[in-house]
Parts: sequence; C-alpha cells; structure tokens
Amino acid sequence: MKITRKQFLKLGAGSLVALSGATAVAERAAGDRASPEKSNAASARRQYAMVIDTRKCLQRPGCTQCMEACHQAHNVPYINNPDHKIDWIWKAPFQNVFESYDSPYIQITLKNEPVLVLCNHCDKPPCVRVCPTGATWKRKEDGIVTMDWHRCIGCKYCIVACPYGARSFNFTDPRPYIKHLNPNFPTRHEGVVEKCDFCAERLAGDKPPVCVETCPVKAITFGDVNDPSSDVRKLLGAGLTLRRRPQLGTGPNIYYIV
Amino acid sequence: MFMFEKALVGSRRYWIWVGFLLGVILFGFHAYVREHELGLMITGLSQDVPWGLDIAQFAFFVGLGASAVVLVLPYYLHNWKAFSKVTVLGEILGMVAVFMAMLFIFVCMGQPWRVLNVLLYPHPNSLIFWDLSVLSGYVLINAVITVTVLSAERDGVAPPRWIKYVILLSIPWAISIHTVTAFIFSGLAGRSYFMTAILAPRFLASAFTSGSALLILLVLLLRRLGVFDVGPEAVPKLTGIVTYCMLVNVFFIVVELFTAFYSRIPEETESFKYLFVGLDGTTNWVPVMWLSILLAVASLVVFLVPRWRTHPRLLPLACAFAFVSVWLEKGFAWIVAGFTPSPLGVVTPYRPTWPEWSVVLGIWALGTLMLTVFYKIAAAVKTTAEAGYVTAITKDAVYPGRVA
Amino acid sequence: MRDRAWIVAGLALFFALFTYPLWSRALRGQRGEETKLALLMPAHQADCVMPVTYMRASHMKLLILWRREVVRENIHTFRAYDGKVYNISLTGTCLGCHSKAQFCDRCHDYAGVRPLSCWTCHVDPALTAEKLK
Repeated sequence: MKITRKQFLKLGAGSLVALSGATAVAERAAGDRASPEKSNAASARRQYAMVIDTRKCLQRPGCTQCMEACHQAHNVPYINNPDHKIDWIWKAPFQNVFESYDSPYIQITLKNEPVLVLCNHCDKPPCVRVCPTGATWKRKEDGIVTMDWHRCIGCKYCIVACPYGARSFNFTDPRPYIKHLNPNFPTRHEGVVEKCDFCAERLAGDKPPVCVETCPVKAITFGDVNDPSSDVRKLLGAGLTLRRRPQLGTGPNIYYIV
Repeated sequence: MFMFEKALVGSRRYWIWVGFLLGVILFGFHAYVREHELGLMITGLSQDVPWGLDIAQFAFFVGLGASAVVLVLPYYLHNWKAFSKVTVLGEILGMVAVFMAMLFIFVCMGQPWRVLNVLLYPHPNSLIFWDLSVLSGYVLINAVITVTVLSAERDGVAPPRWIKYVILLSIPWAISIHTVTAFIFSGLAGRSYFMTAILAPRFLASAFTSGSALLILLVLLLRRLGVFDVGPEAVPKLTGIVTYCMLVNVFFIVVELFTAFYSRIPEETESFKYLFVGLDGTTNWVPVMWLSILLAVASLVVFLVPRWRTHPRLLPLACAFAFVSVWLEKGFAWIVAGFTPSPLGVVTPYRPTWPEWSVVLGIWALGTLMLTVFYKIAAAVKTTAEAGYVTAITKDAVYPGRVA
Repeated sequence: MRDRAWIVAGLALFFALFTYPLWSRALRGQRGEETKLALLMPAHQADCVMPVTYMRASHMKLLILWRREVVRENIHTFRAYDGKVYNISLTGTCLGCHSKAQFCDRCHDYAGVRPLSCWTCHVDPALTAEKLK
C-alpha cells in the first residue's frame, strides 16, 4: 500500500492538530488547582452594585414583575411551603429589613411597606469566609458573590453565616416545582444552596440583570460602584442612601433610597 | 486484630443486647436513606432554621469526646492512681463520641457524597475544615493510645515510651476539638446569640459536666453488671469533678443571661427570651429549657451535700439529671435560639420530625454498640491481666500464631 | 480442622458471587461479539469542538474544563482546534448538535458507564416544564 504525499500531509496535519488540541486541553486542565480568582486579576477591578429606589417601587403596590422575571430566568422553583421556599429576590416589611430605623412613629408610608431584598454581594462576604469547599466565592473581576453548584456539599454553613437571609437551601428536588423552564439555565438538585448571582450569565453577554431590565418603573439601577461616572455612583452622590446592617462590616452593595 | 476476638465471645445477655442495638441501627439507617432520597424536606428544618437537632447533637458529642481529658489529665499529669483503671474507659468514650459527632455532621449534609470536597479543595478560612481535621485526628490519637496501652497490658509488658507523648498531645487536642467546634458558631457577625467569647469555655464546662456524669454512670453500670470494677476511689473523685464542672456551667449561663438582660440590647435578649419565655407566641422550647434548669439545680443540690453525693441511689440519679440537663440545653434547644428570630425578624418554629429522631436514635445505637464492644475488650484485657493469667502458655493458647 | 467444610463453603460462595458477571451472562445465553453501536451523528455539522478521536476518548476532560472555565473563571468562549469559536454551554452548544437521548444516553448505556449526574440540573432542550412534574 502506497501513501501519497498528499495523503501523508493530510494525515500528519490531522494527527498534529489532534495532538496539539489534546495538549491544549490537558494544559488548561492542569491548572485545575489554581484558584479561580487568579485568572482575572489583571483586568480592572469592578464592583457591581445596585441602587433600589423604594419610592418608585412603592408606586406599584403588589408588583412582582422583577421577582417573576428573575425566578423564571433562573429556574427558581415555586414552592409554597415557607419553610422550604426558595427566593433570589423577594419583598420583606421595611421595619424588618431596616430594623435599626424602626420607630413607633415611623412614617406611615414606610411601616409594613414591602422592600425588595436580595443578596448584597458584600465586600467581605461572611458566606464566602465560612464555605469549606470554595463552592461560593467573590469574583475578583466584578465583585459578584457567585456559586458553584457542582461543588456545594449542602452543609448550610453559608445560610447560617449570612446576616441577610439571602440564601436558600434545596430541601427537595426543585424540578417538579418549576413553572416555566428556561432551557438556557440549569436547574438545581436537592441538597445545594442557591442565591442571586447578579445575572452573571447575562452580564457575560453585556445584558443587565433581568430584574433591572424588567422593572416597569426603573426603580433598580445597576452598575460599577468603582466607576465614578456610573449611574449608581451618580445616585449615591446625589443624596442619602441606606444599606442593610452596615455595622456588621460586611460592606453590602445593595443601596436603598427611601 | 486489635483484640476483637474478645468481643466475639459473650453471654446470651451480651448477644441479645448486641442484636437489639443492630436492630436500632438498621432502623435509623432506613430513616437516613429515606431522608437522603426525599431530601431534608422530611426534617423539621427550614430556610430560617437550617441547623437543628443533628448539629446540636454534634456539639454535644464533641463535648463528650473532649471530656476524656477529665481522666487523662489527672492520671497522666498528676499521677492520680484512683484513675488507673478508669482512664481507658474515658479514652474509649472520647473516641466513640467524636466518631458519633462526625456522623451527626454527615447526616445533615445536603450532598453527603461530596463531603470529601472539604479535603479535595481545602479552605482553611472555614472552621469546618479545621473541625474535620481535629476531630478525625482526635479519633485517631485515642485509637492509637487505647490499642497500644491495652496490647501492652495484655502482653504483660510496659507500654512503649513514645505513647507517653501521644497521650500528652491528646490533652490539648481534646480542648482544641471543642474550641474549634465553638468557633464554628462564635465567629458569625450576623448571629449575636452565637457570637459570644464565652461560648468555647461554656462548651467545655458543659462538656466536662456531661462527660464525667456519664462516666460515673457507666462505671456504676459496669460494676453492677459484674463486667469490670474500676476500684473504689474513682467514683468519689469523678463526683468532685462533675460538681465543679456543673457549678461552672451554671455560672457561665448566668453570665450570658446577665450581659444580655442588663444591656437589654434586643438582638441579645430575643434569643434567650425565645428559649425561656417564648417569642411571638412560639413557646415549644420553654418547657425544655426550664426542665434543663430544674435538673441542673437538682443535681447540684445532691452533688453539694456530702451525705447525698455518696448515697448509692442518689448519686446515679444526680448524674443522670446532670447529663440530661446538659443534653436538653446543649444537645437540643441551644442551637435553635441562634436562628430565632431570623435575619428578617421572623420566628420560625422548629420541631424535629420522626425521621430526624430515628436517625439520631440510630447513631446513638451505633455509638452504644461501639462502646459495648470496646468496653468488653478493655474489661477482658484488664481482668485477665489482673488475675495474673497472662503467662507464656496461655498466650500461646489464645494466640497460636504468636509463639515467643 | 473441623471448620474446614465451612471455610471451603464460604470461599466457594465468595468466588461464585465474585464471578457473577461472567457466569450470569453465559447462563442467559449471551455470548460472542456484541453488535456495533451506530450512534446518531449530527446531520448539519461535521466538526466537533475537538477531533472525533479525542472526543470519543476524552470528552469528559473537555466537559470538566468547560465547567471550570464557565463557572469558576468567567470564561464563556472556547477556541476549537480548527480556530472556530464556540460558546461554552452544555445545553446550548453540545446539545445544539447532539441529541441527549440518541447520542449521550445511548452510548453510555451501551458502554455501561454511568455519567456524572449532569442531567439532574442541566436541561435537555427536549425537556419541558410539564415533563418535570
């Protein structure tokens, strides 16, 4: 059997490509132990933050559009039992969200009024500090506190450590409780913790978080708090804003205009 | 291997007991399998109370494990001869209790098969990483000590010199397991009930109370069953220790209550109110806490009156009171108060469900089985050595492979 | 040596259980060569993100790499060996060409290899919310 030069070249090139491809994968895989924080250290540090204008939000009592949109986009199950309910973004009474601002003479417009709450993507997140496996961490490049559901062992220590109650545990298989399946986002399985991730998957495609986009009164402003010209910085510079339990030193990145 | 052959011979009573324990273990295992299949939804846990009975039991059993030090320290550092025969029982109890504590952590995990991620991706930031390390280290250290010391005793020789250093290491190590366990809770900014510097000392005081009370009960039981007698002096000495520990334990609780209620910071007081008088209409922990207080005081009364604390009926009763008191407070009620009210001010009641109790029962049975087997081995070795049966001839007869 | 019968019986039982996969097949009459598995290949695309030989042997390594990059390193694209750039997505990219049931599951069933629990979370595009109930 004779191999023509052309055939040989084709064969050679093919196996070379295959080989180099395989090595490339192997090389990238070899860095598996390197911490995820390292790879993006070079890029400019951003810290994503949100400013929620509760005055605008309260203009539409009973509105749940941001919550619905978020929970649909992320395949968050609809579980009615409050003990097992999973929330990425939800509403809680003002005096419970800002307990230190509660008073007997609190404005009638605020008492019992629902305030949007979600993960604060803290500067110094206690959940990250306590996680024994690195299943949750703060991204160096944009400050998002994110999660790896492949790695979570379900010890719930992060739920215990979070001072904001922003994390939910899957007490059962969530799939039967999903109303509208979004095939482009994974579901979770029982025994892992989940929470808001500032729509990291949308940000990768330069889209804003889905709650920001959905809000009919544009009550939520999203942006880089380290960028002086960003919209969030302009709002923060314009007047007084509140953060939840700032005295704990966690550095929450959700700001509220009340 | 490790003298296990001594656990394979026993009376009818022994085998009935072992069979009963195996049955309870299977029952608990079945409940665990169901819990694992359906998810933790069949427990009483919730988003607001994510840790419950299992983790409280974990803290309690780490304490029992650490309490071996109340025997090891006086015997090895201060040469208290009264503890010469009982110390090994304490070391075995410590090993078994810490093993049980690790099981309690394991059963409350959402993804138990991924638990080795803790070692695959070690994060020393997390106290759970340290806890896993010190707990498994403690089980190992105590296993090495008991096997080495008992083998030497069986062979009628002095134990090797190096074991002394392992024993000395076990003393600070015992303190460390309970300190690290307290640190899991006491470093959390958002939970002011847990965040108290006195938590580790308080854990140690309650641990030594429950541990020495249980040891007295076990010693009396072994004596009564005719299995093993540790001598007349051990129990009075242990009674002294349990008295001091219970006093310190109660003192620490009073100190906690003072700072909370004199300062009147709502965050500090609400959790204690939840336990002692109820909060927002949820009062299911109130009887548990007051029963615990009542039992603690009753046991102290017996321990403090010389005539009563040597009374053959009252002493075991007081020890049982002390043990149950600590169990109710630390092994059951203590943890839920840290989650109540929740970060958003909600009071979510927690009631352990039957599957949870079944799993706890199963782990208790497993621990009791381990304790039974190991105590049987230790008692067999000790009584044989004592009776002077250990001669070259009997040794060859029992261990045909080991001709001198 | 009065225990000899017991010991031999125990060893025989152990051996019988240990070799179960071998003799149970013979009993069921399955022997000889298996038929070759014909997998459903994508109709509209000839190339994969890596050469077929590599994918056949090591697709799990690539999937683990993708998982790490997209989840932990915020890297969302993959430059293939032929220079084409793909989105890192199991549902979007892999299942965009391959059918889970006809490709992944069939081969894994055939080879008797249980995959990691990918599909308890990742969504097969053929799946709907109704089917989850």
